[in-house]
Amino acid sequence: MSAYRLELCGVTKRYPGIVANDGISLQVGPGEIHAVLGENGAGKSTLMKIIYGAVEADSGDVLWNGEKVKIANPAAARRLGIGMVYQHFSLFESVSVVENIAVAMSGRFDLPALSTRIVRLSERYGLPVDPNRLLHHLSVGERQRVEIIRCLLQNPKLLILDEPTSVLTPQAVRRLFEVLRTLAAEGCSILYISHKLDEIRELCDTATVLRSGRVVGTASPKLVSAAELARFMVGAELPDVHRDPVALTPHPRLEAIGLSARSDDPFGTDLSDLSLAVHGGEILGIAGVSGNGQGELLSLLSGERTASADMIQLDGQPVGDLPVADRRALGVAFVPEERLGRGAVPTISLADNGLLTAHADGLVKRGFIDRQRVAGFAKAIISQFGVKCTGPAALAHSLSGGNLQKFIVGREISLSPRVLIVSQPTWGVDVAASAFIRQALIDLSRSGAAVLVISEELEELFQISDRIAVIYQGRLSRATSRTATNVEEIGLLMAGVGPAFQTAA
Amino acid sequence: MIEHLLVPILSGTIVAATPLIYAAIGELVAERSGVVNLGVEGIMLIGTVTAFAVAFAGYPAFVAGLAAAGAGALASLVFAVLALSLATNQYAAGLALTILGSGLSAFIGHNFGSASLKTIAKIHVPILSDLPVIGPVLFAHDAMTYLALAITAAVWWFLYRTKAGLVVRIVGEAPQSAHAIGYPVIFIRYLTTMFGGSMAGLGGAYLALAYTPLWVENMTAGRGWIALALVVFAAWRPGRVLLGAWLFGGVTVLQLFAQGIGIKVPSELLSSLPYIATIIVLVAISRNPQTLRLNAPVSLGQSFRPQG
Amino acid sequence: MMRIVLEPRPSPLPFMRIVAPIIALVLTVIVSSLLFLSLGLNPLSTLEIFFIEPLSTLNGVSEWLLKASPLILIGLGITIGIRANVWNIGAEGMFTVGAIAAGWLAITFGGGNHIWLLPAMILAGALGGMAWAAIPAFLKVKANANEILVTLMLNYVAALILSYLVNGPMQDPEGMNYPQTAAFDPSAMFPPLVEGMRINGSIVITVVAVILAWLFLDRSFVGFQMSVGGAAPAAARYAGFNQSRSIWVGLLVSGATAGLAGMMEAAGPLGQLTPVLSPGYGFTAIIVAFVGRLTPIGVVFGGLLLSLLYLGGEAVQMSLSLPASVTRTFQGTLLFFLLAADVLILYRIRIRRR
Repeated sequence: MSAYRLELCGVTKRYPGIVANDGISLQVGPGEIHAVLGENGAGKSTLMKIIYGAVEADSGDVLWNGEKVKIANPAAARRLGIGMVYQHFSLFESVSVVENIAVAMSGRFDLPALSTRIVRLSERYGLPVDPNRLLHHLSVGERQRVEIIRCLLQNPKLLILDEPTSVLTPQAVRRLFEVLRTLAAEGCSILYISHKLDEIRELCDTATVLRSGRVVGTASPKLVSAAELARFMVGAELPDVHRDPVALTPHPRLEAIGLSARSDDPFGTDLSDLSLAVHGGEILGIAGVSGNGQGELLSLLSGERTASADMIQLDGQPVGDLPVADRRALGVAFVPEERLGRGAVPTISLADNGLLTAHADGLVKRGFIDRQRVAGFAKAIISQFGVKCTGPAALAHSLSGGNLQKFIVGREISLSPRVLIVSQPTWGVDVAASAFIRQALIDLSRSGAAVLVISEELEELFQISDRIAVIYQGRLSRATSRTATNVEEIGLLMAGVGPAFQTAA
Repeated sequence: MIEHLLVPILSGTIVAATPLIYAAIGELVAERSGVVNLGVEGIMLIGTVTAFAVAFAGYPAFVAGLAAAGAGALASLVFAVLALSLATNQYAAGLALTILGSGLSAFIGHNFGSASLKTIAKIHVPILSDLPVIGPVLFAHDAMTYLALAITAAVWWFLYRTKAGLVVRIVGEAPQSAHAIGYPVIFIRYLTTMFGGSMAGLGGAYLALAYTPLWVENMTAGRGWIALALVVFAAWRPGRVLLGAWLFGGVTVLQLFAQGIGIKVPSELLSSLPYIATIIVLVAISRNPQTLRLNAPVSLGQSFRPQG
Repeated sequence: MMRIVLEPRPSPLPFMRIVAPIIALVLTVIVSSLLFLSLGLNPLSTLEIFFIEPLSTLNGVSEWLLKASPLILIGLGITIGIRANVWNIGAEGMFTVGAIAAGWLAITFGGGNHIWLLPAMILAGALGGMAWAAIPAFLKVKANANEILVTLMLNYVAALILSYLVNGPMQDPEGMNYPQTAAFDPSAMFPPLVEGMRINGSIVITVVAVILAWLFLDRSFVGFQMSVGGAAPAAARYAGFNQSRSIWVGLLVSGATAGLAGMMEAAGPLGQLTPVLSPGYGFTAIIVAFVGRLTPIGVVFGGLLLSLLYLGGEAVQMSLSLPASVTRTFQGTLLFFLLAADVLILYRIRIRRR
């Protein structure tokens, strides 16, 4: 009889062209909070899906309480007592909380009885949630509670959480940790997947570090410094960004004035009386938990939705009623959150993806495409921004996330924009590419462009922004200088606490 | 006088609506799980010719109906292999099925010349059938008409009151998430697609066995397509399928009556009314994007490949 | 248990794009042989009648090209539409309206021996098809109405309008009450290319259209914008491409080509308007577009293949008295196999034991 609750021996999973997990072994004891640490693309998510039965390993063994098991699907994992909280929740917007939970439960389909159990459990762990509300009315944080409750109702012996804090405010992270510690004290093992070093040092007993699909070692996170952990994770010194002093343009280049709009999406957030100003030479960061109006703000700033002309101004010129193409022609460039399908067309070449937004730069003559110049444009981006690929003919979806993001950011920066609006610049991007992209954004701003960055990663915003504002339920707080605020204060604003969000009424 | 006109119009409306109810309620379930099958018209034709052939060979009507449902399920299975297992474009696969169904039904049906069948029996309900107006309108139909209503009610109960129905809905909304919590998305879509196929087969059978028991090539005359439009009109809700089907049944019957009475309008214009009505209704329901966003299954028409 | 698994290829296999239609054709031939066998026919000789005999004479080749021409033309329009993710399955109706518009000119001005008549009819055919296509385009842009269903419904409406016209206002007064118009004057007809054969000058239109379509899709920026809108609508919105324009262009171009094809049929082999003008060209052209891999050059081959299927169907109808619907059955089967074979472009098939 093994003392371990879960033991992996030599788990390997190959995808065409890549080994996602290469002979991974790890052990988790009862009541242990075990971190799996690694940067984006290190193979953490694949490994967790293997444990949860959502992905089948090519080779290697999974031992559960010392016995070799074959976990064929998530239902089998749940029967063993394994629960999983996905990073992108496996929840369904159009149905109620209790229905969301019922679909993952075995046994009789009795919603009222289940509701009672949900309420009882949510009170016990301090995870308040109303079982009868439709999911799409819930905030991201509340949704995560639903996922956790769904797992806890099955009395798990092992709970897997995949990057659970990326949707939470710093304060909510602390509450989550309390719940997790309670669970661990009750004997539940926890596998905690993250790339956030401070959290792991605060919460976890042991850390298994992954790099490029391999285990590079284990550590006791409480005994080593964050910098040591980082070196371990990346395999090199963490790259730092370099910030030149700010020289602001006298007038704001991009302004939103009293921007109000109902969301197109019935599940979306309405914007109310939102104002911001970005000067040339600076980066304004907008923090906020996702789903608080970021998408709506972006579509209004980009022109995918229009507003009244005066609400959005570019160098003092009203542009709120102009469509995307006209705003682009005036020197606004964008990097969207979704790389594949929005920032780039997955099934066409990088060259054609350059043409996507750079067609005004002499790539089209009398309505016909100049193929040579199109290829040349892509080639220039590839070399300037260090995009790893087979060349301009490579299809967009053949690139890794980080390289495609470098291409997209490079393409938009190559347009020499007056204003660049970026959403989640380094979401899912590896550390080296992230640093490169962040530096490129800072350099662009220092050349006189106004840069607006919307991000859910506070660490990133504090690294690159000159001023930071917070969006909450469609309202924007006043931007404060990065040096005059801190993570704690921004975190409170993200939760809607603070004078900025008191309604006038 | 009113009774003379009203009774046959209302009664005819219910009859004309029945094949649409079958085809639409089946497609509704498939679409709820995220599958658009543009082959409904072809499946209906296959159902029609199957029912006709079986009944023509002397088997009782319910055998013909069952055979048509089976043929419809089989035809949709071909679509499912393509659109679900091989993840080809659902529109293209559906169109292929419609072309194949129309060819196959004409090919098999050419043996029938323009043979005719005995229509299936009307059910006489004691007392109720003898009521004035209500009797002949509501209680003078054949079993298939009532079955269509029963199936609609059953589908409503299934979708909103059972766990399996809930699973169908979540598969249509977020197949990746449904897969993540362990549901076999493609298998579930096979089942809903084949249910849709068997219902379209039954709708086709109704045309052969009750509506116009006379073999005519392409005798569905676009009803499969109208059924597809009905699902949109119904905003993917079973109750509204009935409403829509009766509306179309009414338009169909009214124009037939108008032609019969000899109203001074070209008969072609009247015949085109159901098609024009379909367009109008489609426009009316699609104009508000929020209606569609709130009701349409999010993954509608998208192929699913499990990630990882 | 054995499982068939589709494994994504690291990168798509472009040459499969060309091989897939050949695989599909071979499979269709196998299935049709089985069908012939089940009907008690010798598959080999039947296949010969179907595929070889129609092309064994010069006149046969003329008929082949004559039928391929409208299929190619309509297929080009449908290709451009599908590239923009606009599914026009109403080419049949646009074909009909184009023929009506041209036919009206032919009947009204046919007696005058005008030189301008044929060019005017060409224009009228294109405009007629475009007018019919403008309805679904307008409804899609303004009211978000599904173009598949609208175009399909309009097929029935167009057929009924034609039926009304040839039974009423446009009926031949000396036609013994047959539902048809008077025969067109020679000035309203395309001159034959070869004396004694039906192949005529209209084929020039198709050739020009292939070149224009190639330029448009492969070289023009508007064509690129439409393709982006079809492949990734969010990317097109992000880049600021006008999606309404793509819908308009997709439908109007396919309307124009279908209308032209209708005009060519009326002013060519038919020489008058009858209640049924097309043996399903509008639907067949969808298959042509897919067989042609949604490229203009490919559509030429697709049109030639599907035209041959028509001729083969007619041949077996005449010599073996099989129903003409055998053609449509083959068409459907071909499209099925083609879609299935296309999977090999992106995936390889693996059989796994577990």
